[in-house]
Amino acid sequence: MSARIAILDYGMGNLRSAEKALEHVGVTARISRDPVEVQAADGVILPGVGAMPRAMERIREHGLDELIAERRGAGVPILGICLGLQLLFESTSEFGGSDGLGLLEGPVGELEAEGLKVPHIGWSPVRWERESRLTEGLPSGTPFYFVHSFAPRPGGEALLGTAEYGSRFACAAERENVFGVQFHPEKSSSAGLRLLANFAGICAKSPAAA
Amino acid sequence: MALKRVIPCLDVNAGRVVKGTNFVGLRDAGDPVELAERYDAEGADELVFLDITASHEQRETIVELARRTADNVFIPFTIGGGIRSVADAQAVLDAGADKVSVNSAALARPELLTELSDHFGAQCVVIAIDAKREGGPPLSSPPCAAPATWGVHVNGGRRQVEGRDAVGWAEEAISLGAGEVLLTSMDRDGTSDGYDLELTRAVADSVSVPVIASGGAGELSHLSEAVSGGHADAVLCASIFHYGRYRVREAKERMAADGIPVRL
Repeated sequence: MSARIAILDYGMGNLRSAEKALEHVGVTARISRDPVEVQAADGVILPGVGAMPRAMERIREHGLDELIAERRGAGVPILGICLGLQLLFESTSEFGGSDGLGLLEGPVGELEAEGLKVPHIGWSPVRWERESRLTEGLPSGTPFYFVHSFAPRPGGEALLGTAEYGSRFACAAERENVFGVQFHPEKSSSAGLRLLANFAGICAKSPAAA
Repeated sequence: MALKRVIPCLDVNAGRVVKGTNFVGLRDAGDPVELAERYDAEGADELVFLDITASHEQRETIVELARRTADNVFIPFTIGGGIRSVADAQAVLDAGADKVSVNSAALARPELLTELSDHFGAQCVVIAIDAKREGGPPLSSPPCAAPATWGVHVNGGRRQVEGRDAVGWAEEAISLGAGEVLLTSMDRDGTSDGYDLELTRAVADSVSVPVIASGGAGELSHLSEAVSGGHADAVLCASIFHYGRYRVREAKERMAADGIPVRL
């Protein structure tokens, strides 16, 4: 069966590309912030571009922090993309600092890219630090498309992938059914589509999909 | 490390690829999205669409083009031509474009760059500069001591902007909010003689944002030279791909063989 995935809309960033990429891999994608609609989905994508403190404000305004925590508790797979990945962590130093959603351990901080242009924009090879359902069929070293100035510092066992820009930084994380990628799979051509298809596969097998 | 990018450029008029070109192997020769899909499949890293639609009534077609591209193409793409305001940019970015490129409108009103950058972030704002050599030795002569300068032109090169030099304008545009430079050599554009390496290097070495070299690519070696000799972060190509002379993948394989890090 094809998975139904909700793309959380909290009013920041372009969600259309993610929606279309999911549809391209056979997913029924819905951009929404309606709890009933989100709860009907087999998986949740937390997208986003912009600054994390403002994003957290928006998420709280719409009560999405509680909805995300509830969905996580129900075992529904969650994928954060770019800013959405950063939001899954505990805190950020961006613009005076802010809490995150705290689904993954660790803070978010500025890229340590001495001598290089920040934001880091473009295609960079990603090294998988371990095996994962999310990265099946994607060799370590596959390039993905990045646009970001900050990156998480995952604690515990969440680190899934790293890339190099001035120094090596975490760009993919996974803990139980919570996933996050710093790059944009929806703009990373066939490799990105494969990753989204893998996530859809995980969603199709999740408890909510049963 | 960010890999060096190869960016096919499509000129679009009223939502269709400009007539008179000879796209090979396409059912509908005039459809930019079909060509864009092919370039994505061949390994293009990004795409640039330059809208040359003259009539204001037809401008909506560029938003429709952005929408259709985002439906079918999963690499970043830039829309340029006719972006004069935050609202213009919003429309194409909402439709799925990743960046907007501005040229004449930024020269007429430089604060546009700040407005765009404040709204969307510098990573969304590309300053396109059409540069033409005006001082120093002619392009064909060997490098010598006299430094070249490049004037800035608008309206497809029909008018020179007084008091602007390309390097200075690039620096100013970045200080105002542009996050990337699309630098076209008018001397080389359409010649197939290779990029103007001196121009590319002059701009790339004086700014802190990525520079896309444009104008003059005729051989695959030119792409490597733009990066190694011109210090470009990306190369823009039109005719060498459109006419089917080379495939994007061939171009990237050649660059890799030349020691340039690219996505294969």
